[in-house]
Amino acid sequence: MILSVRDLSVSFRTNDGLVRAIDGVSFDLEESEILGVVGESGSGKTVSLLAVMGLITDPNATIEGSIRYKGRELVGLPPRELRRLRGNEIAMIFQDPMTALTPVYTIGWQIAEQIRAHRNISKAKALERVEELLAEVNFPNPHEAMSRYPHQLSGGMRQRAVIAMALSCNPALLVADEPTTALDVTVQAGILDLVRKLRATHKSAVVFITHDMGVVSELADRVMVMYAGRVVERGSRMELFSDPRHPYTRALLGSIPPLTGEKPCRLPAIPGSPPSLLRLPQGCAFGPRCPAHYEPCVTGKPDLGSGTHAVACFRVAQA
Amino acid sequence: MIYAILRRFGQMLFVMFGISVIVFLIFFATPGADPAARIAGRNASPEVLDAVRHSFGFDRPLYVQYVKMMEKIFVTGDLTSFVNRGWKVVPAVMDSIPVTLSLVFGAAILWVVVSIVIGIVAAATRDSWLDKLLMALGLLGISMPVYWLGEVMNLITQSRYHDSWAFSWVPPLGYKNLSDDPKGWFLTLVIPWITLAILYIGIYGRVLRAAIIESLQEDYIRTARAKGLSETRILLRHALRTSLIAFVTLFGLDFGALVGGSALLTEVVFGLHGIGKLTYDALQNLDLPMIMATVMYASMFVVVANAVVDFVYILLDPRLRTS
Repeated sequence: MILSVRDLSVSFRTNDGLVRAIDGVSFDLEESEILGVVGESGSGKTVSLLAVMGLITDPNATIEGSIRYKGRELVGLPPRELRRLRGNEIAMIFQDPMTALTPVYTIGWQIAEQIRAHRNISKAKALERVEELLAEVNFPNPHEAMSRYPHQLSGGMRQRAVIAMALSCNPALLVADEPTTALDVTVQAGILDLVRKLRATHKSAVVFITHDMGVVSELADRVMVMYAGRVVERGSRMELFSDPRHPYTRALLGSIPPLTGEKPCRLPAIPGSPPSLLRLPQGCAFGPRCPAHYEPCVTGKPDLGSGTHAVACFRVAQA
Repeated sequence: MIYAILRRFGQMLFVMFGISVIVFLIFFATPGADPAARIAGRNASPEVLDAVRHSFGFDRPLYVQYVKMMEKIFVTGDLTSFVNRGWKVVPAVMDSIPVTLSLVFGAAILWVVVSIVIGIVAAATRDSWLDKLLMALGLLGISMPVYWLGEVMNLITQSRYHDSWAFSWVPPLGYKNLSDDPKGWFLTLVIPWITLAILYIGIYGRVLRAAIIESLQEDYIRTARAKGLSETRILLRHALRTSLIAFVTLFGLDFGALVGGSALLTEVVFGLHGIGKLTYDALQNLDLPMIMATVMYASMFVVVANAVVDFVYILLDPRLRTS
């Protein structure tokens, strides 16, 4: 087991009161497994992974629960220790490659900087390693690319550079926060191929955040669906796509246009919009938008339950 | 690169030409004013007036007058100010340049170093009591008028506490040549440097703090954290480096203006006969040739400082380098 998260909650103190960005999230990650995390904007996908990385620097945030990396508790670990893990054993790829690199340094310099932060090697050795890494992420001319500044590269190339940087210290865990969202479709496919290949060569486990069900169905071994800071359904890719149980998951899948059969004249959309985290509805947060909701949904919050395919819904539990 | 430098140089010349034409027109072609009478001074005899009129070409078309003026400043260097009993203008400007340069360079080094330290410390400890203290002191520095501060400095170091151990080293007011007496040069300038720098330390410290805090919100800072870099390294190598661009812009403008004569108040308070003082006296007497020369000199420094800033930009920000 690489990563084990138990009852993780992150809340922020704001002027309007306490905001619980994520509430009781638990999941496990095995070695070289890809976990897809799906949800709308504001569902807590990113916050939960920033918490894992120890990157929530807001002094108004409180993190509760337990995050164990290879058995070691990360919550409450001194910043120094955490820094030794970050970039070294746990690496992260960000959503927007356009802004994720410091504009005034070459990409070779930036990748070498990370290597030298964690390994005691000479600058020349680090740069050699950078060239290998850039070749590995399919840069056509890695030696030349090293001396390029971020603004001289296209979005896809920058994302490859960011991935090369994330891989530079052979991390056991790679956290990717919507790495394909800002890219166009053909470039996306290349990046997904790359992630799959790297899982095979580097044996890294990957947490892949996305709001794109198509990406999840291609890449993930297991999938976790989040809504309003809570996990609503969790299961293997097969279980989730062939047998979606939570009304929210079903609605998400229902909003993808089918490739075969009769085309619907309008795609079904989920009515309403996600609730404000400041004013969560009583009971199930999805209740007001749910086609299947009934009395129990208003009075209590459904638990996720256990098992490989788990669903947080009273209807499903009852059936 | 060479081409870019040449092009920039050409632009500089063009800007200076424009400035010289405008200044010339303001002082010499204003309707209703007789420049010859101004240059000759009050109560000048008709012979002197005629001599001036002929020597500056005021009896000929405007463009001839302009060319004659530029020739007197840049080629022959024999522009003469009659108001001040036949002073040669160009040597007077040349004598004041080292005074102003010594004052402004020293103050600039002081304010750049101190404000960078203050900006970094304040940004690193933001919202702490230290940050608040530094910013309050910065505001204080900005609010103190330089002539008042200079007088207070003089009061303390020259009279009230001059005999105490702390200030007995302060020499009397005035300027000493760097080549003749380096120690005296340094000692006479310490208090003026501090006085001039305090205002700018306040401004630059606050500007840099704001720029660093802004760049700390950027995505690449999050990337740098995710790389496992230390907070010090993130602050100095990533946040500070990208924040220096605003700082350099401001510096170019202020430095050019100060060297061009804006250090006037400091010069007057400390009895330093620099460009500012020279311009001020010339304006008081409406000494047109001197005004013309000092304005040309000032514009040259502003333009050169801006060109230097542009080059520093290119060094700081690779996005501005075109292939």
